[in-house]
Amino acid sequence: MSTAQTNSRANRMSVGDFAREYGVLVIIAVLLIGLSLISDNFLTARNLLNILNQSAPLAIIACALTLVIIGGGFDLSTGAIFGVASVSAGWIAINVDPYMAIFAGPLIGLLLGAVNGIIITGFGVHSFLVTLATSLVYRGIAILVTDGSLIPVRIAEFSWLGRGRIGVVNIAVIVLLAFMVIFMILLNRTTFGRRVYAVGGNEEAAILSGIRTNLVKIMTFSLCGMAAGLAGVIAVSRISMAEPQAGTGMEFEAIAAVILGGTSIMGGAGAVWRSVAGVLLMALINNGFNILNVNPFFKDLTTGVIIVIAVALAASGSRRR
Amino acid sequence: MTGTDIAVRVRGVAKSFGGTRILDDITIDFKKGSVHALVGENGAGKSSVGKIVGGYYSADEGTVELFGQPVTRFSPRDALGRGIAMIHQELQLVPELTVLENVFLGLESSTGGFLRKGDLDRFHALEETCDFGLDPNRRIADMRIAERQKVEIMRAIARDAQVIIMDEPTSSLTEDEADRLHQLIARLKARDVTVIYVSHFLDHIIANCDRVTVMRDGKVIRTDEIAGETKQSLVDSMLGQASEIIWPALPAAPAQNMPPVVEMQNVSTATGLSDISLKVRPGEIVGLIGLVGAGRSEVGRALFGADPITEGSYAVNGQSQQNGRLSVRSAIAQGIALVPEDRRKQGLVLTQVTRPNISLASLGSIASFGFINKARERERTQRMIDHFGIVPGKVDGEVAFYSGGNQQKVLLSKWAVEKPRLLILDEPSRGVDIGARQRIHEFIVEMAAAGVAVLLISSELEEVINLSHRGYLMNDGRIFAEADCRTLTVEDALNRIFQEQGSAPRIKEVPQA
Repeated sequence: MSTAQTNSRANRMSVGDFAREYGVLVIIAVLLIGLSLISDNFLTARNLLNILNQSAPLAIIACALTLVIIGGGFDLSTGAIFGVASVSAGWIAINVDPYMAIFAGPLIGLLLGAVNGIIITGFGVHSFLVTLATSLVYRGIAILVTDGSLIPVRIAEFSWLGRGRIGVVNIAVIVLLAFMVIFMILLNRTTFGRRVYAVGGNEEAAILSGIRTNLVKIMTFSLCGMAAGLAGVIAVSRISMAEPQAGTGMEFEAIAAVILGGTSIMGGAGAVWRSVAGVLLMALINNGFNILNVNPFFKDLTTGVIIVIAVALAASGSRRR
Repeated sequence: MTGTDIAVRVRGVAKSFGGTRILDDITIDFKKGSVHALVGENGAGKSSVGKIVGGYYSADEGTVELFGQPVTRFSPRDALGRGIAMIHQELQLVPELTVLENVFLGLESSTGGFLRKGDLDRFHALEETCDFGLDPNRRIADMRIAERQKVEIMRAIARDAQVIIMDEPTSSLTEDEADRLHQLIARLKARDVTVIYVSHFLDHIIANCDRVTVMRDGKVIRTDEIAGETKQSLVDSMLGQASEIIWPALPAAPAQNMPPVVEMQNVSTATGLSDISLKVRPGEIVGLIGLVGAGRSEVGRALFGADPITEGSYAVNGQSQQNGRLSVRSAIAQGIALVPEDRRKQGLVLTQVTRPNISLASLGSIASFGFINKARERERTQRMIDHFGIVPGKVDGEVAFYSGGNQQKVLLSKWAVEKPRLLILDEPSRGVDIGARQRIHEFIVEMAAAGVAVLLISSELEEVINLSHRGYLMNDGRIFAEADCRTLTVEDALNRIFQEQGSAPRIKEVPQA
């Protein structure tokens, strides 16, 4: 019986299996072709780079969130960490040193992420609940830092990160690509990556293989916090303004992108490239609606419908296991 | 033969999955009120026949008749409605509900959707038939596999099933529990219930079934009355050639004065062990002999650092381990390996393929500065696949879809890929086919011959006694005796265990079952 299933799987890479495996890429390709046929302004290096540049902060968060989700966790605090990192970086850039601010954002994010991880593993509470609670706390901290007001940050030594270019390529895009490559290597080439998959796939088996599963989880949440911090710094540097409410709702966009890419919400399976593809897909839909000048209401509606379809496709695949 | 003596008639049934034919021209009559065994190696198709009758698979060709009525489209729910219940290898219970709630799930006493009292009385009535001694208010999640299986059986009987398909019903039961199950089957038979009994345990089949169908490669080889069959005659038909069930020869036992790899003295744990003293020497196979619940797996876990030791002393390679401080991680670093009882829940990461599963416990030895050397990993994985004859032999094969025997071989590879000093094997051959079982037995002996200390835990007394140099007899979290397995017999061991339990008469009931 089991051998029969194995054979049937090997013999049959059907359209359905292909769609499940590479669905997000197929939809991106369809959108790319469709949009370039509809509009002459779409398929230009400038527009495409612009899309990447706009998506860089979200994509950075999605890359790291992939590790959390593969590890069987969930992080609802990335938006709030983004906010804390934004205002902290803004304050430090003005009052201390702009270069230090660039490093301080990710570092603060790392610490807040570590706090998430330590609470989750220390008390054995589900990450969903813990990060829901800490997101409120962190957002409160962001408001306390600025007293609720905005901090304008117009310093060249700081804004190069979000606004600068090397040649035609935005520095933020280069940071994103570097970040993505580092996370791909981390997940696929290192012992840490293996452990993340094992912890999410079967925690008991991981424990009985001598893996310090709590440490692995704390590390995934720390990395996710760091990514949210870096994303916050890039955003502040770009708009030259630090605001405590920055990044509100971003945690859901990041989760949507990871799921859209095809990483399993059940943990144990997924890939970093998938999440970046998920972000790009959402950005393309956004861009398409802007180009076509359609009522923005349809944008959210379309994104929502596509997420439902993607999740349903993935579920129909996993049901066979 | 008239239609009414036949409960289920299967005629010319064929079934394929994605081009692979798993059943071919299956014709079997299951007589009403008989216990009918299906035997064959894993992959022979015996579970698939059960699934066709139980409504889980639909036949591509051929017909199925129930009590003379032909069946067309048919789901497990329809099957249940027509009196056919299937008890699976992987049990299907709701873990968060109690025994009572599970037994009557979907059949609750109710008025207009509101629950009424009264299920408890029904449960006690059912318990008179079953005699399992289950507490109706226990949560399934807190119960062991063997007990959960009893709940499944009660659930089938509560639905007044006329045909019950049991897929490997005794694989997670002790001898004593299996005997009780067989007594229950005899009572069901007396009520004219038909039992389709899919199993690897030929002794159980010969002792308890009326008829047997032997299958091989998706085909029926023969169907006969059980009278006149022997273990050997069944095995010959299953394998298609004469072969013998042979236990591999054990290597010579190490000298008594050889320093042990592990030594426990008067160890107790919070998991119910008390006053455990044992030692295992290099090259020695030591068996833990006892019934389910005797604490055998708990001894394995304590040695592996998975459960903390609260009292007593424990030394690994002569190094004393601080109580409560030994972690699994440091146990592994000191050369201890544990192949756990439940390979799907505790052993394998089924979301991943073969290679990472085999590497998981020894990532350090194929990585430098945290980066995995993939070429080395592949080479090492391939070596284990060849060594065990894992099928399919792909380095990146989908373990989730492998047969039980091949999954077990992957799990054994994980712990053998770096030679351990002490290998703890908890039920290494549960639910695997004869071929894989033979290979696993050879592997155990191989390891001992290579100087590894082996601690063997198995519910099958014949296995543990025949493969061990020395054994510890266990009951109720204690070791009550030590025995030389080369002279110990299964009957001896059982008698001593029952005597220790203070329930020696029970064994005398067995022949009556």
